[in-house]
Amino acid sequence: MDIGPYSGILKYIGKSIIKIISLLIAVSILSFILVSASPVDPVRAYIGEVGMANMSAENLARLEAYFGINTPPIERYWNWFTDFIQGDMGSSLLYRQPVSSVIQVKFMNSMVLMMTAWLFSGLLGFILGIVAGLYRGRWIDKAIKGYSLLIASMPTFWLALVLVMIFSVWLQILPIGLSVPIGVNAAEVSIFDSIKHLILPALTLSVIGIANITLHTREKMIDIMGEDYILFAKARGKSRFSIIRNHALRNIMLPAITLQFASISEIFGGSVLVEQVFSYPGLGKAAVSAGLGGDAPLLLGIAVISAALVFGGNLIANLLYGIIDPRIRRGSAYE
Amino acid sequence: MNNTGSVTILQKYQRKRLNQRSQTLLVLAFGSIFLLAITVIGTLVGDIAITTNFTQKNFLPQIAHPFGTDWLGRDMLARTLKGMSISIYIGLFASVISAVIAAILGAAAATLGKKVDAVITWFIDLVMGIPHLLLLILISYAIGRGTFGVVVAVAISHWPVLTRIIRGEILQLKEANYIKIAGKLGQSKMKIVVKHMIPHVFPQFLVGLVLLFPHAILHEAALTFLGFGLPPEQPGIGIILSESMKYLSLGMWWLALFPGMVLMTTVLLFDLVGGSLRKMIDPHSAQE
Repeated sequence: MDIGPYSGILKYIGKSIIKIISLLIAVSILSFILVSASPVDPVRAYIGEVGMANMSAENLARLEAYFGINTPPIERYWNWFTDFIQGDMGSSLLYRQPVSSVIQVKFMNSMVLMMTAWLFSGLLGFILGIVAGLYRGRWIDKAIKGYSLLIASMPTFWLALVLVMIFSVWLQILPIGLSVPIGVNAAEVSIFDSIKHLILPALTLSVIGIANITLHTREKMIDIMGEDYILFAKARGKSRFSIIRNHALRNIMLPAITLQFASISEIFGGSVLVEQVFSYPGLGKAAVSAGLGGDAPLLLGIAVISAALVFGGNLIANLLYGIIDPRIRRGSAYE
Repeated sequence: MNNTGSVTILQKYQRKRLNQRSQTLLVLAFGSIFLLAITVIGTLVGDIAITTNFTQKNFLPQIAHPFGTDWLGRDMLARTLKGMSISIYIGLFASVISAVIAAILGAAAATLGKKVDAVITWFIDLVMGIPHLLLLILISYAIGRGTFGVVVAVAISHWPVLTRIIRGEILQLKEANYIKIAGKLGQSKMKIVVKHMIPHVFPQFLVGLVLLFPHAILHEAALTFLGFGLPPEQPGIGIILSESMKYLSLGMWWLALFPGMVLMTTVLLFDLVGGSLRKMIDPHSAQE
């Protein structure tokens, strides 16, 4: 069945989407099993210890029925799943709101943070990698490489603490945390305030994210600069800049972009830690509160959403491969 | 007699340097000794790490207390080393468990046919689809917080990457000429596995195991930092850092700076040791 030059891609997209849906269902099942296995009692988490002591037996039984304590797990999962399909993820115990609306708000906040860090670290890492690869063995290469290796071993939350110490406590130019200043109505927060509170978390995430992409781009750059066509371009007297632009850039962009899209999982992990340090109201902080507070529906919702994000990133990475590299588009990489 | 002018580049005097293999060995030895030292000292430190001394509260770093003391007068150096040694033990245990899981699954995927391979690859995709930290939170939520939870969570979630590596190695090996020839020469499957495959895969496995350490340690510290891991009375690195957060705005920078640096150094050293080990085992990768 050949519909045209892009039939390969279309078939590939179709296959991938089916695979992603199957994986997402599996993720939800896995998360559901984990959440159900928890010793945390949802009723107890919902009304608290004091409430447990003061509650009459029949009210307790009603609540237990509401949380489905005595329904078999498979039935409970099926109920959750059918609701989920219709956009109802249950209601959060901590926030006393539907999970979907909690996630919606947190998701936007997290996206702003993650996208900023993602773009910034990607661009900067790419440029640093090119510079390091170009001046291989010189001091600038050694500096960039050393920095990347150091950053790769650095605990995200510690870097966040160090940045707080420098910029908030010592220099006192940026706020410590809380994306909404204390005593100010959430609706009255100006854009400027939000940005000010975004700087440190985004900076932390970017600095951590740079390491991988820099090292990777550097390797590729070194490989490519050793190619014959680069030597020939040099022999023709082309300038260094035009060699990079015309010959090297496309070749190193491909793996770099793929890597960056595939790193969404790591950025998400980093954002959990960073949001915790800076009390940034995003998905990561919500996940931690949900985990500590016994809020199973919220934790479940966040797990599925973040997995969707990761799978989406991987799919885009694979698709971009084809768009940037015409050889793959025509070739059999999608088979 | 001055004849520097006639000296060619090849003859020019060069400072004697260790060759690359010796350098690698040196790094390997130094890193291992340092890590061993942290572990042993941390284990032997004992009660100093939790002894409070209210006459010595909030000291800046000084000779008697190189890392300073905290708001209860506990020596931060002792606490840090103790916490680090706990992290290393957990990391060790977790990496071994994960590596064993990876070895079994990787070998199964590569040898037991297409269906098993598809199932295992699918599982790898599944586990890697949930952001790792979130998966850790989920597992420790399922088991219940505390030391046991964090150990299990870190131990059973680090296998996918190594499984992929081992699967790839074995698949490649199966196609290698010398394995095929050994089969044609009538050697039994058992003999081929023991004599030809394991000697090739085992070093890779060992390197993979050592390189799992840094991840396991960082994840343990992160999970503890978030409040899911070790209980607050343990001097874990994550605990120390999350407690220090409350005192940062009071200007007590040393509470966070030094423990974090020790954690970073440990992770860096494990990375170096793993990298050196790879260079020793696989000389191809030694020349960058």
